[in-house]
Amino acid sequence: MAEAAVLPASPALRRVPGRFWIVPPAALLALLFFYPLVLIVQQAFLDDSGMANVAEFARVLHARFFLNALLNTITISVAATAGCLIVGLVLGLILAFVPFPGSGVIARLIDTFIALPTFLVTLAFTFLYGSAGMLNAGLMEVFSLRAPPVDFLYSTWGVVLAEVTVYSPFVLRPLLAAFSLVDRGQIEAASVLGARPFRIVRQVILPAAVPALIAGGSLCLLLTVNEFGIVLFIGAKGVITLPLLIYSKAIQESAYQVACIIAVINIALSLGLFGLYRFAAGRMGM
Amino acid sequence: MSVPAFTGSNVMDVDAAKIRGAGSNVHFDKVSVAYGAHVVLHPLTLDIAPGEILAMIGPSGSGKTTALRAVAGFVRPASGRIRIGATDVTDLPPYERGLGMVVQNYALFPHMRVEDNVAFGLRAQGADKALIGERVKDSLATVGMSGFSKRYPRELSGGQQQRVAIARALAVRPRVLLLDEPLSALDAQIRRNMVEEIAKLHRDLPGLTILYVTHDQTEALTLADKIAIMRDGRVSSHGPTAELYRRPPNRFTAEFLGRANLLPVTVAEGAAGPKGLATAKLGDAVLAGVARGEKPGDKTLLCIRPQHLSLTGDEEHTNRIVGTLREVHWQGELTHLVLDVDGTPVRVSATRLPVSLPERGSAMPLFFTPGDTSLVPEDVRG
Ligand SMILES: Nc1ncnc2c1ncn2[C@@H]1O[C@H](COP(=O)(O)OP(=O)(O)OP(=O)(O)O)[C@@H](O)[C@H]1O
Ligand SMILES: [Mg+2]
Repeated sequence: MAEAAVLPASPALRRVPGRFWIVPPAALLALLFFYPLVLIVQQAFLDDSGMANVAEFARVLHARFFLNALLNTITISVAATAGCLIVGLVLGLILAFVPFPGSGVIARLIDTFIALPTFLVTLAFTFLYGSAGMLNAGLMEVFSLRAPPVDFLYSTWGVVLAEVTVYSPFVLRPLLAAFSLVDRGQIEAASVLGARPFRIVRQVILPAAVPALIAGGSLCLLLTVNEFGIVLFIGAKGVITLPLLIYSKAIQESAYQVACIIAVINIALSLGLFGLYRFAAGRMGM
Repeated sequence: MSVPAFTGSNVMDVDAAKIRGAGSNVHFDKVSVAYGAHVVLHPLTLDIAPGEILAMIGPSGSGKTTALRAVAGFVRPASGRIRIGATDVTDLPPYERGLGMVVQNYALFPHMRVEDNVAFGLRAQGADKALIGERVKDSLATVGMSGFSKRYPRELSGGQQQRVAIARALAVRPRVLLLDEPLSALDAQIRRNMVEEIAKLHRDLPGLTILYVTHDQTEALTLADKIAIMRDGRVSSHGPTAELYRRPPNRFTAEFLGRANLLPVTVAEGAAGPKGLATAKLGDAVLAGVARGEKPGDKTLLCIRPQHLSLTGDEEHTNRIVGTLREVHWQGELTHLVLDVDGTPVRVSATRLPVSLPERGSAMPLFFTPGDTSLVPEDVRG
């Protein structure tokens, strides 16, 4: 506070050196991010001939195809996120607390999963569970069936399964970080006091991992809400999500205003989830 | 999840009896521990009597924590059995051993209030609400933390956290309390107070068997009924505290417990007379010391504590040696002198100094009572 009174007297001191370095990144951000964003929002209120049309916004919000896609998107992302949380938690507990040789290698392998393109898993799923995939071929061979018996892949659940596989590492990673910070002494103290493993997980380990679960979970929600490749690749009939709807409206039907209206809603949803993620990540100190 | 001992309403009396009356003994029966090919505990046989405080002390890496963790169930013995009371616990998981444990960094559950920390064990064992409430109150009162039950661990000082950790361990009425350097994270002043409080705690719960691991000999001497001195994964010596201090059975024990002076001497005459004194020669000086069955001509060590060396002689202090004064360290209530006696450094802790000390480098006599000494055999190993 003492300095505050002194500083205005010498304005030269107030000039932070290098303040102009904010210009290039800000310009780049404006050009590549904010400008398109503004365009999309603007487009959402202009019809395809360039006239202002706000009624269209309300119409799309009430249209079946939109509500369907919204419901699909939310169902898939919530189910996939729940799956990711369960898979991540179980794997994380095993990797962090059950000593077995090679657990470090496994953890790093799962980590590299994040680097792979999402369609790879989908492609692998098609080979495994697709109608001409190994599972179906095997079953048809063994039981002399005419038609492939397993066809869950081409449904909402196929999409969910693929997304769980792809995005579980995003939960696992912060969880392992949180688990590594849990004092082993606390676990031992709990154990000596008579707590069995399940109680220790519930009352000692999980409370320490809550921020990691929220961070990983909201990141999963964010990624699955916006997932495009997996849904497209699986190509399940009738499984239309918001990104897929935007794609088909804009590219296939050239209905730009409708596409932009849906995009605006999709962006709002994403930003909300991102806010949740930043909040949780901030609490975790990531 | 419930353990039968905590389900009835008359549990209190049974447990109280168990605690106040006969506690459980802990028996190590040829217990060895190895990490891979590295043996860190050689077959250890040791008994801690019910209600006894055994202090396990020894240098870093000597296997103290390993022995304690074997009792807790976190280290599996490569061989041997561990019994607590009548139960062989070797194959039991930690949560079925009925113990209490307190470690150096407290290991309190950070997201639980003090009262929930203390209640944790009872809840895990399925105790009913009324009992839990009573025990939590009791245990916190025992460690003088009653006013802090609603705080979180991070809102407590180190000493307070350690009290809560002790209360948490006591709340389940353990058969045996395991303490692994419980005070070493605290500063000296608080540590002294806590030692006294643990002593008081044991007076209140005389049936509680305590295994107290420390590298601090003062804690061990103050608290323990018996001391086991560990060295390289073996018990170097084991016995009642005072006896181990007065009559250390080997050089390692004499030096580790109270930093004794050990003068290499040659026995002249074995024990004679009612006091059991032998005479031994250190250069020209003939000294009397409490014998251990030595024969004339034996080479052995004369053990004399720094505080038993006097700068002035009288009819009691009949032993006399002469050394060269090397160092003087004044420490307020005590002055530490280091002299060179025939090439052996000899430490003296004096409460009163003569008006004028001789110059450094000059010769100075030291006097001591034969009854304060003991003859100690040189260690066989290293
Ligand atoms: N998990 C482990 N794996 C391999 N070696 C270990 C393991 N734990 C302890 N050791 C080794 O066992 C030996 C005894 O260790 P321990 O912890 O019992 O010593 P300590 O007497 O408690 O020492 P300190 O006073 O330093 O606590 C040491 O040499 C240590 O390196
Ligand atoms: Mg130790």
